[in-house]
Amino acid sequence: MSERTSNRIFDVVNITFISLFVIFCLAPFVHTIAVSLSSNRAITSGEVTLWPVETNWDAYAQVFSDHSMLRSLGFTVLLTVATTLLCMIFTIAAAYPLTKGNLKGRKFFLYLIIVTMFFSGGIIPEYLLIRDLNMINTVWALILPGLVSPFNLIILISFFKNLPPSLEESAEIDGSSFLNTLLRIVLPLSLPVMATLALFYAVGRWNGFQDALMYINDPQIYPLQLKLFQMVQNNMVTELTQLEGANRTPLTPEALKAATVIFATVPILCVYPWLQKYFVSGVMLGAVKG
Amino acid sequence: MTKAKATPLKRYGELNKRSAYLKRYWQLYALLALPILYFVIFRYGPMYGVQIAFKDFNLFTGINDSEWIGLEAFREVFAMNDFYITLRNTFMLNFLDLIVSFPAPIILAIMLYEVRSGWFKRFSQTVLYIPHFISWVIIGGIVYQLFGTQSGMINGVLQGLGFEAVPFLTEKNSWLITYLFTGVWQSAGWGTILYLAALTGVNKELFEAADVDGASRLRKIWHITLPSIKPTIVTLLILNLGKMVSIGFDRPYIIGNTAVREYSDVLSTFVYRIGLEAGQYTLATVVGLFQAVVGLVFILGSNYISKKTTGDGIL
Repeated sequence: MSERTSNRIFDVVNITFISLFVIFCLAPFVHTIAVSLSSNRAITSGEVTLWPVETNWDAYAQVFSDHSMLRSLGFTVLLTVATTLLCMIFTIAAAYPLTKGNLKGRKFFLYLIIVTMFFSGGIIPEYLLIRDLNMINTVWALILPGLVSPFNLIILISFFKNLPPSLEESAEIDGSSFLNTLLRIVLPLSLPVMATLALFYAVGRWNGFQDALMYINDPQIYPLQLKLFQMVQNNMVTELTQLEGANRTPLTPEALKAATVIFATVPILCVYPWLQKYFVSGVMLGAVKG
Repeated sequence: MTKAKATPLKRYGELNKRSAYLKRYWQLYALLALPILYFVIFRYGPMYGVQIAFKDFNLFTGINDSEWIGLEAFREVFAMNDFYITLRNTFMLNFLDLIVSFPAPIILAIMLYEVRSGWFKRFSQTVLYIPHFISWVIIGGIVYQLFGTQSGMINGVLQGLGFEAVPFLTEKNSWLITYLFTGVWQSAGWGTILYLAALTGVNKELFEAADVDGASRLRKIWHITLPSIKPTIVTLLILNLGKMVSIGFDRPYIIGNTAVREYSDVLSTFVYRIGLEAGQYTLATVVGLFQAVVGLVFILGSNYISKKTTGDGIL
């Protein structure tokens, strides 16, 4: 066997394996889309695999005519945008001063922040704090506790530190104040890393579930994940009642659940590919310790 | 830094220096003020609240006015059967996850590194990263569609092939497969990033030299690619071992259910259940504190091991 043919065989096998893994990643989505477009009869008889059976759009029509679902989507979009903005402002405001070696107390502030990466009070004291601050059932309970992620902060600090110092120095010689330098020079040079961090914050908020479960019991401000969870839980009840051989109670149809899952996934998939080239470099930066 | 013995003139000079410093640096302190306030309130505030682990706390008397009870709550927790079950499950799920989910990104990264076609590499990476951005609630929804005993796709296929249906969601041992599946599915692709990053630093001349020697692709992987990501593998392995007692809430809570609680109940869900569902705040805080302290010990221990073995800490 010549070297070229063995190379060829290697490439074919390699690409086949990767393709299988790509399919493994996509198949669950494809199946869920197929279920969302199939008739309930076909779903419950187990005919649906990766292609819709008895195709219809009823489930989506139902999702889009459900006002509480649309309101939850709108609320979650607003919440995510607001959270991401605030998180970015706070993270930048904390990161920039901490890159200045001359700043008195810098070490102290850094330690204050780093300690929180390794030790936390736990969810019960956190819950009691939010309760004492009268933030239960308000958006603040979803925004404020996660305002600065120490991990993201360290990424940003190490990025700022790696910027060429000459630019900042020349601005300082020209008498530019720190704030001015930050806004005019540092931030415009940091767009890739800021896109990465914004994506992390946005995805974190969009996907966030536990805090909503703990702090929100007013359906008016249910984030999408919490709303979705109730349907998933509903699903589980089906599974358990079937196990016990009990009669099936009327529950959310499978197609509707699947359509809701897709409905909540699509916004993420719309944003993500555009940011991919940024976050890969951002993650690598995070791997290089701060 | 004014010293007591400083002459008035010297002191004046220092004051002048200080005001010059403040004039220039006040903006930095102004920027820091709100974030630091955030850390004090929302990160250190709960640490103050941890004291209820040692108090007979109830909502009406509040944190400060509840009575001290010493270690009584600890004794109560250490006598609870559920505590040991959830502790065992936490270790068990983390350990199984490590065995199944840790090698996957290494293998995948090596395979991706061998791909020559640029567009195929980019396309597959795009797809492989997607699951990382999907919430556990959504994954839970998809999992019930896939693994359900009656109408799930996987059991449909199994039955079509003549096998019996597997209760992936309701029998604890089969449920482990479901749980581990979600881990590999979600993290394998994303995990490749760090290894691929390490591989960008590999000296291409090594491969050229190997070509001259007539080495096969597999030999090159074994002798060049794998050794160059070895430090990353070791660091991540130690880091993962350091996180053995910490476990997220969403995944076991959402993928698990009452039928498989014997395996799916872990420390994080236990804290939620006894604390917020049953209102036993003191006991739940004790469990949380236990987890935080043991977790800290593990992290520091793994940092120590990392320093010994790789000469570099993970912290």
